[in-house]
Amino acid sequence: MTDEYRASKIKSKIAWIIAIFFAIVWLVITITPFFFMIMNSFRKQFDMLQQGVFHLPDPWYFQNYIEVITHGFFGYFFRSVIVVAVSLVLMLIISAFAAYPLSRMKFRFNGFIYAMVVAMMSVPIHVTLIPIFKLTTSVGLYDSLGSLVGPYVAFALPMAIFILTAFMKTIPKELEEAAEIDGCNRYMNFFKMILPLSKAGLSTLAIYNGVSMWNEFAFANTFLITPQKKTLPLALGQFKGEHSLNIPINLSVLTLSVLPMILLFIFFQDKLVKGMMTGAVKG
Amino acid sequence: MEKVGNIGLAKAKARSTSRAATVFLLPALILIIVFIVYPVIDTFVISGYRWNGISANRIRIGLDNWYTLIHDEMFWKSFQHNLIIMVYSILLQIPLGMLLATFLDAGGKKFNIFKIIWFLPYLMSSVAIAFLFVYALATNGGIISSLATLIRGKRTTIDLLGTSPNALYTIIGVMAWQFTPFYMVYFLAGYGNIDSTIYEAAVIDGATRGQYICHIAIPLLGPIFKTACTMSLIGSLKYFDMIWNMTQGGPAGTTELMATYMYKLSFQQFNMGYGSTVAAGMFILITAIALIFNRVFKVKEDY
Repeated sequence: MTDEYRASKIKSKIAWIIAIFFAIVWLVITITPFFFMIMNSFRKQFDMLQQGVFHLPDPWYFQNYIEVITHGFFGYFFRSVIVVAVSLVLMLIISAFAAYPLSRMKFRFNGFIYAMVVAMMSVPIHVTLIPIFKLTTSVGLYDSLGSLVGPYVAFALPMAIFILTAFMKTIPKELEEAAEIDGCNRYMNFFKMILPLSKAGLSTLAIYNGVSMWNEFAFANTFLITPQKKTLPLALGQFKGEHSLNIPINLSVLTLSVLPMILLFIFFQDKLVKGMMTGAVKG
Repeated sequence: MEKVGNIGLAKAKARSTSRAATVFLLPALILIIVFIVYPVIDTFVISGYRWNGISANRIRIGLDNWYTLIHDEMFWKSFQHNLIIMVYSILLQIPLGMLLATFLDAGGKKFNIFKIIWFLPYLMSSVAIAFLFVYALATNGGIISSLATLIRGKRTTIDLLGTSPNALYTIIGVMAWQFTPFYMVYFLAGYGNIDSTIYEAAVIDGATRGQYICHIAIPLLGPIFKTACTMSLIGSLKYFDMIWNMTQGGPAGTTELMATYMYKLSFQQFNMGYGSTVAAGMFILITAIALIFNRVFKVKEDY
């Protein structure tokens, strides 16, 4: 072992120690708010200030969760499930429909339509909020879950079409030609071949858009007024309005609303991360 | 004879193709036109009226709203806040995400636990993060104030969200907490895409890990950097959910953004004519900035 080699070994060791130190610092920064949220959700209202936030709950108090669950938490939860499920299924079918001709057919306005759809990816929702509000009230959907489906599907479409078009382009053309010779028409081709072969693309899109629809706030906050019709992201504000001084109870609502995502993350770690990163292609 | 038949066949095929294409494209195009294209146009139309959003009579006032917008100090201040958030987002989130990714890439599988925990904030919605940090940063029972009290040994309050210069920087910090994991995973994927033979070749040539990262890996990640910056840029300009639930633009409008200002005007003060003007102004500014950025940095479009 030469001196030079030993010196570089020591140097790299020091570099690693410094790196791990900062890694732990960021770990603490990341985890502290979660710790704060979970610990304090198990306290009585006034224990939080008396015991101090760094103290473990004493005693562990579960009444907050019972209170939240018996006061409609699952209502918010299931309404969100319904809206997301309906929007997601529609969005996946419609975007696959659209991506099929854009990726595999030669027709006159193909390039133009594709460019137009892709350009829609960067439209901020606030630019459309007032006209959609107008539309919603005029067709009588205001203050109903139905008001959210249209905007959720439409705003997810451009990116989904963009991704699926790229995905479907990778499916060999010969498959289609062979099927055509066997007597399949385009519609049968789509349902029997292209759709099943696009499963991987569809599932990442389902994760990405499922998460963003689940968290969507601006449309929901604008179109839903009655508490019995609101979705989960609005539950936080609703409970805060009813228990503004009881911080632990609000933190238990927060914990419950974050829980589904954390459970999904534990079970489908890589798939979920990959799905959530789908947005990165937006550019 | 045969040739003519072929042409007829080709024509018939082209016709049936365009018919099939229309059928497949129609649902998507209808939805996009109804919920995106038409509303954008309508926003510009409504900006020509004085309208409360409910009553049937709206008064045509031409370009008055636009004149007001150009002289509206609050709008330009909001835009300025958007720009401050944009600059700090790019300066904080992207380098931090890059550092974390570099650490994870160099460390390999044994640091997986860091990766899992570091990713957690990105699982929370912006609304949930807003509510959490309102409590976590409160002067009474919040983390920072409690920590300061612990360190100084006497009751200390640090008001991070309620006072004027603090609030905006606190929001920038919370945004870094939320979005750094996104860029971390993004850059990690970038590292993953670099061919492992490149690293091996560099090591054979006598490069250390540090030299490999600085002189080979980071230059190779260049295009990813630009895309990350574009995402951060557009995201910061249309930011809404978290600020709305955390400060509602306060204290005294010092964290007001274009989106929160538009929302306040339209759905709290029911001044939808002017709200639409602000929305349209926002649309123009975002589009312009994105175009300038793409031109200056020559971001290669994937599409």
